[in-house]
Amino acid sequence: MSDAAPGRPPAPGDALPPLRIPITRTLIVSGAVASRDYQDVHHDAEAARAKGSPDIFMNILTTNGLVGRYLTDHFGPGTVLRKVAIRLGAPNHPGDTMELTGTVTEADGAAVQVRVVGANGLGHHVTGTVTLTVPVTGGSAAP
Amino acid sequence: MSGGDGARGAAVSGDDALYARLKAFEGRPAATGGRGKDPVNAAMIRHWCEAMGDTHPAYRGPDAVAPPTMLQAWTMGGLSGHTDRSPAYDELSALLDGAGCTAVVATDCEQEYLRPLRPGDEITFDAVIESVSPRKTTKLGSGYFVTTRMDVRVDGELAGAHRFRILKYVPGKGSSGPGGPAPEADPAPRKGTPEPVAAPRDAPARPRPVINRDNAGFWAGVAEHRLLIQRCTGCGRLRMPWLPGCARCGAPEWDTVEAGGGGTVHSYVVMHHPPFPAFDPPYAVALIALEEGVRLVAGVTGVPPDAVRVGMPVRLEFQQVRDGKGAWELPVFRAEPGAARAPREEG
Repeated sequence: MSDAAPGRPPAPGDALPPLRIPITRTLIVSGAVASRDYQDVHHDAEAARAKGSPDIFMNILTTNGLVGRYLTDHFGPGTVLRKVAIRLGAPNHPGDTMELTGTVTEADGAAVQVRVVGANGLGHHVTGTVTLTVPVTGGSAAP
Repeated sequence: MSGGDGARGAAVSGDDALYARLKAFEGRPAATGGRGKDPVNAAMIRHWCEAMGDTHPAYRGPDAVAPPTMLQAWTMGGLSGHTDRSPAYDELSALLDGAGCTAVVATDCEQEYLRPLRPGDEITFDAVIESVSPRKTTKLGSGYFVTTRMDVRVDGELAGAHRFRILKYVPGKGSSGPGGPAPEADPAPRKGTPEPVAAPRDAPARPRPVINRDNAGFWAGVAEHRLLIQRCTGCGRLRMPWLPGCARCGAPEWDTVEAGGGGTVHSYVVMHHPPFPAFDPPYAVALIALEEGVRLVAGVTGVPPDAVRVGMPVRLEFQQVRDGKGAWELPVFRAEPGAARAPREEG
């Protein structure tokens, strides 16, 4: 992960440092409410069980927000998200931890594409591809 | 479906009829002239950032922009519900609800951000029903994937595009394992399917197909008496067995075509040994060349195993297999009448 060192432009193959996110009930519910998603499976455990799920689970908008945050956290101020495409697999239930990892797949100047995986105790919660513009380091007078 | 398989159960026909009705919604509007219930605003942005733990400086201060990943949040109906959905979308939802698919889970979200959204921006949106899948069986239950595509605008200018896929499914059959939409075998045995395989007299159960994310669509098709061939949407190449990507062009996207049911024996073996308790040797296992140009391994029925020949015309049918835990379907191929004239001596 030291591959993705600050101060050097991203290059294909760079691995981003992982981000571990504890999946709490509070995160699931606050994410659902902040995204105005009142589907009961995201806040009501009884209702979630009645629909075949063992507990409440994170909504896709929150996952989307966390994936975006993971990349802007890493690439820093000035980073702009251009495209985020995600697919959900194993759900994020309370008590689990999701570890986001990323690998740079394309880099052309400021335009970077990153493959992202978020794994929890059940498997891959999310897989996706993010396209973003990263700040071009002003002082980098690369020869 | 092959015409020779006229004895499909009512439940299966019902499903097919439903799918045809669902598919007719493709291309119809999901939302027209939708308006965000709130303008883009600093409070909602801050609440979002607090929930996500997002401290990006671009989302704060006097020149703040909204986190691009909030795109969909500005279009949400909230507790008061959607008021912008089209009659077509409501009708589609009602059809699915009526079929027992009352639960919903989102599976895919693809967004493109063309210009930033800033506090004060009033957004409008239009959406179209892009596709409806055939019935699929998942960990959560059996149902249909519905994909919509939405354009989000500010002052008429396109600000973002949002493709969204949900699974509408029959609730209550979920496992307590990985509960996401990862596919698994259909837990509900089909009724009225002809010719169940004689469970060999209290014999050990036959091994079940191993169903995984990559081949689940194949087995979901088989459960509905449809033999589905994967087709690469990149280069059009058909492939069997199902794989996550195209061996020719590498594209991961695919759709399916339904096999007509005709084929020929490309090669075969007759199993004598070793005996497996759930099977009754000798029996023929063939590599069938489908008319569509792909091959698959399957059993041959309708002729004694020693009458199977290379080049023999065969036709698809489905057999139900039962064991103590339920029943499932298998594709098999029946020798066409007159195809197996005779045994070894003529060969």
